[in-house]
Amino acid sequence: MKNFLLWCCKLAMSLCLMFTVYLNLLLTQTTPIRTSPVCFLFLYSTSTPPDLIQISLKPPPLPFSSLPFPSMEQLKSLGRELAMGSQGGSSKEFLDLVKSIGEARSKSEEDRIILRELETLRRRLSDPDIPRRKMKEYLLRLAYAEMLGHDASFGYIHAVKMAHDDNIMLKRTGYLTVALFLDDGHDLIILIVNTIQKDLRSDNYLVVCAALVAVCKLINEETIPAVLPQVVELLNHPKEAVRKKAVMALHRFHQKSPSSVSHLVSNFRKRLCDNDPGVMGATLCPLFDLISDDASSYKDLVVSLVSILKQVAEKRLPTTYDYHHMPAPFIQIKLLKILALLGSGDKQASNHMYAVLTEIFRKCESSSNIGNAILYECVCCVSSIYPNPKVLDAAIEATSKFLKSESHNLKYMGIDALGRLIRINPDIAEEHQLAVIDCLEDPDDTLKRKTFELLYKMTKSTNVEVIVDRMIDYMINITDNHYKTEIASRCVELAEQFAPSNQWFIQIMNKVFEHAGDLVNPRVAHNLMRLIAEGFGEDDEGADTQLRSSAVASYLRILGEPKLPSLFLQVICWVLGEYGTADGRHSGSYIVGKLCDVAEAHSSDDTVKAYAVSAIMKIFAFELAAGRKVEMLPECQTLIDEVLASHSTDLQQRAYEFQALLALSPQAIENVMPPDASCEDIEIETSLPFLSNYINQAIENGARPYISESERLGTVNTITPASASHYQQDPAHSLRFEAYELPKPRAPPPSIQPSSRSSLPTISSDLVPVSEATYTTREEQHNPKVQTLADQISAEIGVRLKLEGVQKKWGQQTYSSPSAPSTSSSSTQKATNGMVTSDTIRQSSLDSRKQQIPEVSAEKQRLAASLFGKKAAERKTQGSTRRPAKESQHAVATSAPEPPEEKVVVPAVPPPDLLDLNEPSETATPTIDPFKQLEGLLGPAAGSDVASAPSPSVGAVKTPDLMSMFTDTPSIVDSKSSDKGVVSSTIAKKGPNVKEALQKDATARQVGVTPSGNNPNLFKDLLG
Amino acid sequence: MGIRFVVLVNKQGQTRLAQYFYEHLSLDQRRALEAEIVRKCLARTDLQCSFVEHRNYKIVYRRYASLFFLVGVDNDENELAILEFIHLLVETMDRHFGNVCELDIMFHLEKVHFMLEEMVMNGCIVETSKTNILSPIQLMDKAS
Repeated sequence: MKNFLLWCCKLAMSLCLMFTVYLNLLLTQTTPIRTSPVCFLFLYSTSTPPDLIQISLKPPPLPFSSLPFPSMEQLKSLGRELAMGSQGGSSKEFLDLVKSIGEARSKSEEDRIILRELETLRRRLSDPDIPRRKMKEYLLRLAYAEMLGHDASFGYIHAVKMAHDDNIMLKRTGYLTVALFLDDGHDLIILIVNTIQKDLRSDNYLVVCAALVAVCKLINEETIPAVLPQVVELLNHPKEAVRKKAVMALHRFHQKSPSSVSHLVSNFRKRLCDNDPGVMGATLCPLFDLISDDASSYKDLVVSLVSILKQVAEKRLPTTYDYHHMPAPFIQIKLLKILALLGSGDKQASNHMYAVLTEIFRKCESSSNIGNAILYECVCCVSSIYPNPKVLDAAIEATSKFLKSESHNLKYMGIDALGRLIRINPDIAEEHQLAVIDCLEDPDDTLKRKTFELLYKMTKSTNVEVIVDRMIDYMINITDNHYKTEIASRCVELAEQFAPSNQWFIQIMNKVFEHAGDLVNPRVAHNLMRLIAEGFGEDDEGADTQLRSSAVASYLRILGEPKLPSLFLQVICWVLGEYGTADGRHSGSYIVGKLCDVAEAHSSDDTVKAYAVSAIMKIFAFELAAGRKVEMLPECQTLIDEVLASHSTDLQQRAYEFQALLALSPQAIENVMPPDASCEDIEIETSLPFLSNYINQAIENGARPYISESERLGTVNTITPASASHYQQDPAHSLRFEAYELPKPRAPPPSIQPSSRSSLPTISSDLVPVSEATYTTREEQHNPKVQTLADQISAEIGVRLKLEGVQKKWGQQTYSSPSAPSTSSSSTQKATNGMVTSDTIRQSSLDSRKQQIPEVSAEKQRLAASLFGKKAAERKTQGSTRRPAKESQHAVATSAPEPPEEKVVVPAVPPPDLLDLNEPSETATPTIDPFKQLEGLLGPAAGSDVASAPSPSVGAVKTPDLMSMFTDTPSIVDSKSSDKGVVSSTIAKKGPNVKEALQKDATARQVGVTPSGNNPNLFKDLLG
Repeated sequence: MGIRFVVLVNKQGQTRLAQYFYEHLSLDQRRALEAEIVRKCLARTDLQCSFVEHRNYKIVYRRYASLFFLVGVDNDENELAILEFIHLLVETMDRHFGNVCELDIMFHLEKVHFMLEEMVMNGCIVETSKTNILSPIQLMDKAS
């Protein structure tokens, strides 16, 4: 019994065990059991060839267990892989290459694949007879290698050979790869010119097109003459595709070497009246270039271009040019660009455009991107042509729509458009101040930069401080050197133009130098030195001294900071040398010590060292001249000793001069180095009177008198024909056969500084004529590296000579009461701010935006107020400010769109004129053929004739309209496009096109490209 | 005067197509430029605007599934129009290939180049009619 019980227990236990094992088995088996049939089913359903089962058995991208059937997506991608296998002509190797590149996980993996591929190709290409189709594939594989950044130069010659092929597909591939591989200066290009010449003569227009495309990419300046006659001939080819490309080839020649085709420019006018809209559209490209070079000789085109634009906007072009229901938008944009150029500052030309612009503004829907693109181009055009209040209003409205949009792209366009419009009327910006500030604070860098560009354009004396501060804050934080340079130079420019006080200017300059010193133009440094030296003017010496000592104090402080840019150090050294001890607050030896530190810390920078040594010399000179003793610091002595032995002759020279100076008496020193004399005018005796005794003596002794250069040239000219024998004596001339060109009298050279203290160009007309060579060497000497003692001071000051136009900005007369703006600038700023804020609020309460105002943060409002100061505030300050240049600009700008003047102007235009362009859109125009009109333009005298063309009487005589011209010739295109239209409409509806995808997918599998691993996106529809 | 280059890269920054219209760049220059602009553009979010300033020109880019189309344009170019030009290019490819995807472009690199050559010459947009762009390519297909 006991045994039985035990047995029962055992049995139960084993049963239990068996059961669990069974359960386990069941559990583990579920997955394979469930997946395999699905897999099989799937394989079966796609009827995979047996040899590819291996590939399709790869683990599916998603666990199928979650779905009863593979998703559409997966089916599609698998099918697509199959489809790729049956590509016409593509070999397994090519497919494998593409597949492996597509799946490469990293750049290094990709590189490995390509290097292996290049090895294979090198081997294959060494085979002497490769089938042509194979060769095409090899070339494409080479193109892949080059595209991914690997040198495939061993295959270039095969690309050139391929261009010879008779088969058009292979030929064009050949040209394509040549263009991808070679630049137009490559040695192999000469081999292809012959092929191109042959192809340009071909009967097959596709071959001619291929050759013309190649012409655009491969023909360089030297080979233009080889193909030019043929290209010109092709301008009249019966096929429009050829004409279009011939126009572009000619355009290319114009880009490469304008002189080579200057006599052919009239062809572009002719092609503008081409029957085919494609040719006409292409012709706009070269015309745009020509007109931007010289608008005045194309004014006669205005009327024709306007009427083309109008007809395009009225949907008279074939519908194949429509894009998202917009009639030929790219042609419209190009036309608007050209009109903007032609109407710029030309009231008469602009008059023709207002009607069509209004029309486009009215018609363009702002819901689509392309509509907005056209609207933006219209705004650009309006801002460029002579202003008209009605069109301007439309432009402002379009711009405010952009700015109010949520889309960053549109905001960007809006900011840009606003920047253009404020040139006409600065007040426009005020309405959008909050939008602008939002953009300024947007995290998007592109938008921010665009906004800074706008701020730069609208800077006035009232808001300069806020704007420049913002700019500098931004500048400090960016790493992109290109943009940093740009924004730094803009800061400098604004500061120079609008600085409310010199102190502020110096502060800003210091900041700019500190953060972008190496990127700043040296001119700016010289400007700064000049400002500190000149100060406010003679009226107020006290303020000058104050300015200088504050500059010195700030520089002594800044010197403590590490890593100052070289240019800034030069300024610091110069200022410390000139004014370091001037106010008596710092002892000479203290300054000298600081200067020695600078020189020591920048021992590799010779320019800084030179500035430091000169500054030390000045300190010693000033101190000694004042009768004070300066002790020679040991570090100073070491510096001088080191510099005495320097490799730089300039540094050596300075050190020796320093030594020599120390040995002089105080009076002599004072004469050599007078304190604070950097601005003194120095008189130069250019006629060198101290030599006249010597010269007279020499002449008396029979020497020939000096003949000035111009006289010499004059005599040479008259003498040469007479004394031909003169040349025969000289064997060096005997080899030249052609006539010598007449030597040109040289323009008077720039003033130089023969004497030690010359610094300002007081004389220039009565300069002693010196030969060119001497001048150049002299000018080299101004380079601070090579200077004599005599030149040194003057050179340091003399660099000012290069500051053309600065004087106006920093003229002294404007600072008659300098202390007021400088010291109280902050308080007045606040005062105006306060007033402005209340003003804006009051004004905006009338605005439509009034509900928004309370929500806007106070900080933003303050910023807005300081940026967009009200007119009154500006006027008040303008009264007392300088900078006549900019101001007058403002005056012009504001007065130009002034309503009273304008309102007189508009009615002055006879109303029928406007209507002529406006109304006949429905009635008269169809009878006017702009292309016929244009044909008249070709004759040089025809311009005036055409100008009067759009009058109804002339129009009535003219024959069919643009519409019929476009529709009767490209009828083939149209019939095609009609059935294409059906296709496009189905495509337009889009969404996964199941049937097509499946069909494609059905074959794709063979390639074995699975979306499995690394790049499942390979199969995603781009538009899906 | 217009378009400097058209570069297609995928999300991983691998170049899928590159055509330069202004000047021929050396391999190294191309590599550096592409790496630089890809880094700049791919780091941007969908909310930011589709334009990036680069050196002295701009890049207009647009994303389609895994592919980025980067077009370098001069500063005076109309950015919105270029954005739509990209779309036109994609629509044209789509008409030719039907549901175009990255792989189509990779397998038919030359055809996409031909399309671009038809649309852009000397950096200018010269043809925008899909029929006109595709007809030579279809004819060539038939001929060969």
